[in-house]
Amino acid sequence: MSHETTDENIIIEIKGVNKWYGKFHVLKDINLNVRKGEKVVVCGPSGSGKSTLIRAINYLETHEEGDIIVDGVKLVDDVKRIQKIQRDVGMVFQQFNLFPHLTVKTNVMLAPIWVKKSAKAKAEKRAMDLLDRVGIADQADKFPGQLSGGQQQRVAIARALAMDPKIMLFDEPTSALDPEMIKEVLDVMRELADQGMTMVCVTHEMGFAKEVADTMVFMDAGNIVEYSTAKEFFEHPKEERTRQFLEQILNH
Amino acid sequence: MHPSDTHTPGETRLPPNADTGPLAWVTENLLSPWYNAILTVLACLILYGLLHPLYVWGIKNASFGTVCPSGHDGACWAFIRDMWPIFMVGTYPHEERWRIVIVLGVVILLALSLIFKKVRQWKPIWVLWALTPAVIFFLIRGGSITGLTQVSTSHWGGLMLTVMFAAVGMLFAFPISLCLALGRASDIPVIRAICVAYIELIRGVPLITLLFMASVVLPLFFPPEMEIDKLLRAQIGITLFFSAYLAENIRGGLQALPKGQEEAARALGMGYWQRMLLIVLPQALRIVIPPMVNSFIGILKDTSLVGIVGLVDLLQVVFAATANPKWLGHIEEAYVFVAIFYWFMCYGLSRYSQHLEKRYAVDNK
Amino acid sequence: MIHTDTGPQREKVAFWRVPAIRAILYQALAIGFLVVMALIIYKNTLANLAKRGIKTGFSFLTNEAGFAIGETGAMPLLQGKTLWLIAAVVLGGGVIFFLSRKMKKEGQELSDSTPLCLLAATLLIGLPGAVLWFFPGDIPTLHYSESSNYIAALATGLANTLKVSIVACVLSTILGLFVALARLSPNWLLSRLARWYVEINRNIPLLMQLFFWYFIVFQGLPSVRKSIELWGIISINNRGLFVPRPIFLAGGAPFVAAVVIALTAIWFYLRYVKRRQDSTGQQLPRMLPSLGCFIALPALSMACFGTPFSFDIPHLAGFNFKGGMTLTPEFVALVTGLTIYVSAFNAEIIRSGIESVSRGQREAAYALSFSKTESMKLIILPQSLRVIVPPMINEYLAVTKNSSLAVAIGYPDLVSVGGTILNQTGQAIEVIGIWMGVYLLLSRVISMGMNWYNAKIKLVER
Repeated sequence: MSHETTDENIIIEIKGVNKWYGKFHVLKDINLNVRKGEKVVVCGPSGSGKSTLIRAINYLETHEEGDIIVDGVKLVDDVKRIQKIQRDVGMVFQQFNLFPHLTVKTNVMLAPIWVKKSAKAKAEKRAMDLLDRVGIADQADKFPGQLSGGQQQRVAIARALAMDPKIMLFDEPTSALDPEMIKEVLDVMRELADQGMTMVCVTHEMGFAKEVADTMVFMDAGNIVEYSTAKEFFEHPKEERTRQFLEQILNH
Repeated sequence: MHPSDTHTPGETRLPPNADTGPLAWVTENLLSPWYNAILTVLACLILYGLLHPLYVWGIKNASFGTVCPSGHDGACWAFIRDMWPIFMVGTYPHEERWRIVIVLGVVILLALSLIFKKVRQWKPIWVLWALTPAVIFFLIRGGSITGLTQVSTSHWGGLMLTVMFAAVGMLFAFPISLCLALGRASDIPVIRAICVAYIELIRGVPLITLLFMASVVLPLFFPPEMEIDKLLRAQIGITLFFSAYLAENIRGGLQALPKGQEEAARALGMGYWQRMLLIVLPQALRIVIPPMVNSFIGILKDTSLVGIVGLVDLLQVVFAATANPKWLGHIEEAYVFVAIFYWFMCYGLSRYSQHLEKRYAVDNK
Repeated sequence: MIHTDTGPQREKVAFWRVPAIRAILYQALAIGFLVVMALIIYKNTLANLAKRGIKTGFSFLTNEAGFAIGETGAMPLLQGKTLWLIAAVVLGGGVIFFLSRKMKKEGQELSDSTPLCLLAATLLIGLPGAVLWFFPGDIPTLHYSESSNYIAALATGLANTLKVSIVACVLSTILGLFVALARLSPNWLLSRLARWYVEINRNIPLLMQLFFWYFIVFQGLPSVRKSIELWGIISINNRGLFVPRPIFLAGGAPFVAAVVIALTAIWFYLRYVKRRQDSTGQQLPRMLPSLGCFIALPALSMACFGTPFSFDIPHLAGFNFKGGMTLTPEFVALVTGLTIYVSAFNAEIIRSGIESVSRGQREAAYALSFSKTESMKLIILPQSLRVIVPPMINEYLAVTKNSSLAVAIGYPDLVSVGGTILNQTGQAIEVIGIWMGVYLLLSRVISMGMNWYNAKIKLVER
């Protein structure tokens, strides 16, 4: 099995992954590689399994068959490894999932202090830097409930970055936002992409995808229907279903 | 808008026809339509029928002196004047009652310290709080290292005992219930089954059977040479009972928490205990404070059952005090006195819980 | 794809770090802990029992009880006719259960088909009725006496528990409904009065209220000779409540049968009316024919078979009342105390249930130009019932458990009788085991009722 290490740059390797919810087959024999610094955008109709796929990457969902290897660590039933992968992979959720009982700053500091055991002062400085980077340093002592949706999502990004992840996963980060707030979140993501972060995004923001993505993945009914570069994907989609989907989503 | 309207648009003003005089209020709320007037009269009659006899007995015909004139038919409050310490502490020896006063002072200080945010944020206060139960216990009991006269638990009684059962019950039931609730929510089948079985068993049987169990059967479970204090046995029964109900309260809070909270914590690489202690419990417990206060009211009332297994709590003290030959047959006065205590404690707590609930609802907006 | 464990990432996983194995370990630990505890308790208990000379086991239950129970009634024995009656009910219920399950699989309800409904009615009412009517002899009963055994004593206690619980549940629901309506009334004084009724009752311990009713109110009542009489038929004194007792005459059985038949007929008629409205939109009168049927059939039976029953009115004879039915002061105090205490909780449940049906619903109902009564009947009541019933059933469960406070005022319920047996025999573990078992069973039955109701609601919501 030497092909596993042929490409030094591969950071996420998904091989023959199958998953069922009860009898429902959500992921059907998925194979996907993500290289270091690559920006992958996953799209597809709802229920196509795209969220399940990226949630499987950091073990929020378990898969029944196949392998997922993140940064050389295979996801197996081992508490230590699972936690290592979860530390190395940052995740941003559709519903933000900030901790409402903690201030914005504490939200960002919490995991570095308790999981990475960094010193409190260091974690605080890092948190403030990150909040500054996403543009909400002045709100650091407020509670999440006092912020707008867009601000909350930016805090959520800062919270994920605080763990210095090697990979960032975005699960429909703008779907729960009011239209006027989408841009501020996408700007942060764009900046992150420019800095060379490896990103896997599930999103319907095709403008963002066109601009940022290296690779497009189109999923339907648990299958990867199309896998191509962004240019090819938008200009010459190979599959009929992709064409239909793009038509629907772009002509809106 | 009428063009003739002199008000500038947008100005706040009273609604039209707002008749707000007292007479209008009475008409609106008590007299119209006609059947409302009948209901008002009916309510007045009921009120009069209840309050008038109480007034005649408790105030008009009552004697407030230190002795009771013989042959009068009102209340004799001299009884309460004479016996109230018994109601408070049972047969706790007269010359040792100062210890209870100190305990009361400590409790009041503690309660005050909870109110002030400054004090609450001062870290060492937690150590003090953690130590107080033990301090209170040794103050009341005396003996061994304290150098105070030991007061046997058979002399503990009255309000003190009632409050103690409820408070100590809460203190010990809380950690148990936390484990039970987490166990019930866990995905390990056997642990979940054990917790469910315990909770459902306790909630399915009356407290009195548990108290009998604790007082009669529990001693059988321990080695023959071990004696377990009667009071402790009742306390164990109450604690076991209370923990099942608290566990259900906490479970409600755990279920009310969005799933995303735990997922976000997992995505940050937190382990089970970190997720529970840092994320899940702080939020869940805050939601369940009001129902937990309600459960506490329940247990405060339910401690009155310890009388059935032979302890003299606030309720049983009525019979103990009226058995005193000097005050034979003044059960009504004792009843009113004790009922007032129960009522104020429970009503006060229920208002507190409502207040918390409202505050929580506002916080969550 | 099958991977062999040879790659660079395939270093060995320590078994204690595998979640599945961890789970098994935890479970083994938990079970081990429980087993060890159980063994220690078992050993200690045996030693303690040996020291006190108590034998274990339930064989004492068949011994003669030897004590009197203040409140006894005829209890059906599980022999002869009783068994046939149970068999009839089980058979009827079973057939209907299987039929409805079969229908449900085909996506239908039993009540959709008229012949099946008729069959169900015949099975449910006719079968037990036929057994009662045609089977020779009476239902064998047992009347507890001092020479009965402990089983009979416990059964009498259980019957008393059930009696007092059912009466208190019914009365507290009715009273609670009135208090809730009073609280919701726009009349300021009345709603305040109701509010304080609730606040006072639910913040004073039940046991204290029971003592109040028993020791202060009922023991403060006049003696037999100076009884309070109500309308010349009910007498109240410190020995209890004396009320008339119905006596069945020759026309009794046909009368009961007529009432049952009338109710069945009304059910079928209302069903017919509803189906007709569904299919044609035509509304037939409901109230008048139903009422007519309900009056006419029993009246007919009275005309043919004579008066169904008469009343035996209690009268003072010597030092006590003769005739009629005596409700002991313990029973009345317990029922009064439970009813009033629980009615406060029930009132709050009903009130918040009605209030919880959001304003929007009410407005939607008015917007659809339903009248006030129509909207109450069709929209508000069904929805609030959905909110009210589950906590109400919980309250009934609480009543059943709280009825055990009977022991404090000497009403012979299950706990009280069990306590006497416990004192006589010293069989603490067994007696407490029986208590817990019985109450758990009752709780399970009641919560099964609740689950059934919840499932039914969910079905409607879909």
